[in-house]
Amino acid sequence: MPEKLNIEFNRETLDLVNKIIKRYPEGRQKSALLPVLHIAQAENHGWLSSETMEYVASLLDIQPIEVFEVASFYSMFNLQPVGNCVIEVCQTGPCMLKGSEEILAHFENRLGIKAGETTADGKFTIKTVECLAACGNAPVIQVGTEYHENLTTQKADDLLEKWQAENKTSHTNPYL
Amino acid sequence: MAEKILLKNIDVPGLASFEVYRKLGGYSAVEKVLKNFTPDQVTSEVTKSGLRGRGGAGFPAGMKWGFIDKKTNNPRYFVCNFDESEPGTFKDRHIGQLNPHQLIEGMILGSYALGARTSYIYIRGELFYVLRIIEKAIAEAYKNGFLGENILGSGYSLDLYCQPGAGAYICGEETALLESLEGKRGNPRIKPPFPAVVGLYGCPTVVNNVETIAALPWIINNGGEAYSAVGIGNSKGTKLISACGHINKPGIYEIELGLPVEEFIYSDEYCGGIRPGHTLKAVVAGGSSVPILPANLILKTAEGKPRLMSYESLSEGGFQSGTMLGSGGFIVMDETTCIVKNLLTFAKFYHHESCGQCSPCREGTGWMEKILHRIESGHGTMKDIDLLVDISKHIEGNTICPLGDAAAWPVASAIRHFREEFEEHVKLQKCPF
Amino acid sequence: MPLLKVTIDNIEVEVEAGTTIMNAARKIGGSVVPPAMCYYSKLEGSGGYCRTCLVKVSQGSFKDNRPMPKLVASCRTPVQDGMVVQNRTSPEVMDNRRAITEFLLINHPLDCPVCDQAGECHLQDLSYEHGLEVTRTEEDRRTFDPIDIGDLIKLHMNRCILCYRCVKVADQITDGRVHGVLGRGDHSEISTLIQKAVDNDFSGNMIDVCPVGALTDKTFRFKSRVWFTRPFDAHRECSKCCGKTVLWMKGEEILRVTGRKDKYGELEEFICNDCRFEHKENVDWIVEGPRKIERHSVISQNHYEKLDIPEDGEETE
Repeated sequence: MPEKLNIEFNRETLDLVNKIIKRYPEGRQKSALLPVLHIAQAENHGWLSSETMEYVASLLDIQPIEVFEVASFYSMFNLQPVGNCVIEVCQTGPCMLKGSEEILAHFENRLGIKAGETTADGKFTIKTVECLAACGNAPVIQVGTEYHENLTTQKADDLLEKWQAENKTSHTNPYL
Repeated sequence: MAEKILLKNIDVPGLASFEVYRKLGGYSAVEKVLKNFTPDQVTSEVTKSGLRGRGGAGFPAGMKWGFIDKKTNNPRYFVCNFDESEPGTFKDRHIGQLNPHQLIEGMILGSYALGARTSYIYIRGELFYVLRIIEKAIAEAYKNGFLGENILGSGYSLDLYCQPGAGAYICGEETALLESLEGKRGNPRIKPPFPAVVGLYGCPTVVNNVETIAALPWIINNGGEAYSAVGIGNSKGTKLISACGHINKPGIYEIELGLPVEEFIYSDEYCGGIRPGHTLKAVVAGGSSVPILPANLILKTAEGKPRLMSYESLSEGGFQSGTMLGSGGFIVMDETTCIVKNLLTFAKFYHHESCGQCSPCREGTGWMEKILHRIESGHGTMKDIDLLVDISKHIEGNTICPLGDAAAWPVASAIRHFREEFEEHVKLQKCPF
Repeated sequence: MPLLKVTIDNIEVEVEAGTTIMNAARKIGGSVVPPAMCYYSKLEGSGGYCRTCLVKVSQGSFKDNRPMPKLVASCRTPVQDGMVVQNRTSPEVMDNRRAITEFLLINHPLDCPVCDQAGECHLQDLSYEHGLEVTRTEEDRRTFDPIDIGDLIKLHMNRCILCYRCVKVADQITDGRVHGVLGRGDHSEISTLIQKAVDNDFSGNMIDVCPVGALTDKTFRFKSRVWFTRPFDAHRECSKCCGKTVLWMKGEEILRVTGRKDKYGELEEFICNDCRFEHKENVDWIVEGPRKIERHSVISQNHYEKLDIPEDGEETE
C-alpha cells in the first residue's frame, strides 16, 4: 500500500497557526494565508499538493479556490514536488553582471540536471529566481531561508559537498 | 558627511538587541513623543523635515500622512513596506537585519501620529531570516513596554506584527501589498480610492518604506528643521544608496543628498571606482526601473553641469538625458557589459513579475522579453528595435499600476542611448560581447 | 443633488454624481461610447483591466481645469462637474486603443473559423474596428488544452482575455465559487486547479458574460454558426429566475438558449441553468417575437425584420 502522507499539522504547529491568526482583526483570518502556506509547504516536503491546500483552506475557513489562486500567484510556493534541497539561483541583472550564469551552469553540471529539474535521487532541485535583493554581494543563491552571497564556483563546490554530507533539506518551518 | 542619520551605529556589535540599541539612545524618540507630542505634532515634524518616501516614488511623507482619513470611526493602519525587490536595491535588508529596533521605533512613531492601534511590517518572503530577527526584536520591545497596552503609561497602545510575502515583486506596490496582507493575490487595486481613505481591510492606511520609517526617530529627536537642513533643494536629508555591479566596493552607503555622482563612483569613501583596468560605461541609478544613462550623462547633465545624487539633479533633462533617484539602487556597468543582455534580464524580470491583471503589462512585458531574446541571440532585425520602442511606448502610462512604466522605461532608455549596440547585434547576427 | 455636466467628444450630458465616464458616455450613446471588454455594469467591481476604454481627460473639472496626466479607464473613473473627455476625437486615444487591441491579440489563437463565439465576439468587433491588418508578432502563443468545467461549459483558455467577468459572476450570483484566476502574468489562467465541475443553478451566466469564446455552451457546441440561427424573445414560468430568454432557432429547432443582452452585450437579467440548458423544446416556451439585432452585427445578415432607423441616423442603409 502506498504511504499516505499525513498533511495535518501537529499540535505545536497548530498553536503557531492560531497565534498568527490572532494578529488580524476578527473575521480576517484569511490574512494568515501566506504565513500558513509557508509553514504547510515546509512541513510537506517543500511543495503544496491540492490536498495540503484544501487542508489550509479548512484551517482558515475559506474556499479551496481562494488558496489555489494565491498559492499559484507567488513564486515561492511550489505546486509540484521538489527535491530535499532546493537551490535557488538569482538570474537578474546585477547577479548576471557578476557571473550568475556561470554559477547556474556550475550547479547544473555538478548535479547533472537543468534548472527546474530534480536529481534522480530526489536530493536536489535547481530553480532560477528573480532578484533576491542582495545585489551588493552578487552572485547570490538562496536555500531555504539561508542566503549564500558572493558565490564562486569554489564556494558552490564547498556548499554542495557539505549539503551532500549532511543530507541537507531546505524545507524547515521558516518561523523556527 | 557631517553626521549619519540612518547608519550611525550600524557597526556597533549587538545592535539588533534591545539592550544595545537602548544604551545608544534608542527609543528616546518614543519617550519624547508619548510625553510631549500630540499625534498631529509628530506629523508636523515629519512635514517640516521634507522627508520623501524612500521606496522609489519620492512622495513627501508628511503629505502622505496628512491624507489619512481621521474622520471615520474605522481603525487606521500603518504598514511598513519591506518588500524590497527592485533589482539593484538591498538597503532595507541592511536595516532590518542589523538595526531592527530603529525600524520598530519608527513604526511606533508613525503609528502614534496616524492613530493606528495595529501595525504591520510586510517583508518579502525570501527574507524570512530577517523576519525572525525583527520578530525577536518586537518581542523585546513588548517585554520592555514599548509595544502592547498603555505604552510607557501614556494610554497609547500598539500591536506590531511581521507578515511575510511569498515571492512577488508587485507586492512592493502599496495596494498590491495590502491585498497580499489580506491573504489575496498581489493584484494592485484600481485607484482612486487611495489607501489613505480605503486601505487595509477597507480602513484608512498609510504604507511607508523601511528607510522612510527608519528616519523617523532621528527626525523626532533632532527636529524636522534639523533634518531639512541636510541635503539639497527639495532633496532633504540622507539617502541609502545600494551600490553594485562593476565597482571596487559594492555595498550600502548613506549619503547626504546632493553628493556629486562622480564623487560617489570614484571616491574611496564610496564605490571606490570602477574595477581595475576597466572604465565606466553606464549606470542605472535608482533601481532597474529607472532609465539607464551612459557614462557621460550620469556624470554630467546635458548642459554640462555636474550630476548630483538628488531627486532633482538626476531627473534633470527629463527622460531625454536624465533619469531618477528611485529607490537608490545604483547599478554600475563597465565597458565589458552588453547593454542588450542586461536589458534582457530586466525584461525577463518584469515579465516574470507582471501580475497579469491589465493587458498592456501582461502581454507587453512578455512580448518585449521575447524580442530582446531574439536580438541578443542574433536573430533580431532592425525593425525589432523600433517595435520594442513602440511596445514600450504603449505600455507606459496605460496600466493600472507603475509596473508597466517600470518595464517600459529601461527598454526605451537603453535604445535611446545605446541604439548602435542593438544595431550591432542585428548586423553581426550575434552578441558582440 | 445637482447634476454634473460632462462633455464627451464635444457632446454635453448631465449625470448624477458618482457616474463613471463610461456610463455618462452610454447616456449619450452612439460612437461616443468607449468599447468595454471587461467592464460589466451588472457586476460589482468589474472593469479596469482590459484598458480598451481608456480615454483622455482634457479638463479635469470646472474647479481644476488641468488635464489628467495619463489616459484613464473610463469604466472606473467618476466624472467631475465640468469634465471634458475625448474618446474618438483624440488621436492619442485611438492610437492606444489600436495598441491595446494588439496586446489582447498577441496570445489569442485567432481561431474564429472554429469558434462558437464568432459573430457575437467582442474581441472580433474590437479588432475589426481598432486592430491592425497585419500581425507584428512571430513568437509562439501561450497555449492550453481546452477543458470541460462541468458537463455544460467548455473552457478554451487560449481565447481568454482575463476580463475576470466569469469570476465575478461566480462570486456574486452563484452560491460558492470553485473556479478562479490561477497563475500570474501571461501565464494566468481561468481554472479550477483540480478538475472540478462548475455546477450550480446560475453557472451558465459565465458563458453569457464572457466577451470572447473562452467559455462556451457545450450543448450548442459546433451545432451552427450563430448567424445561421434566428433569435426569438421567449419566456416561461421559472421558479429560479426571470425566465426571460432568447431562443436561437434553426428551423423549428431550438439550438441554444441565452439571456437577453442589451446593445452593450450585457445581460438584461441573469437566467438559471434550468432555462438555459434543460428546456430546448418549443412547448417549453412562450415565444414573444423576433429579437432585434443591431445592424452592425453579422447576425443581422440573416435578418428577417425591417429594423427601425435609429434617431441619430447612423445606421442608414
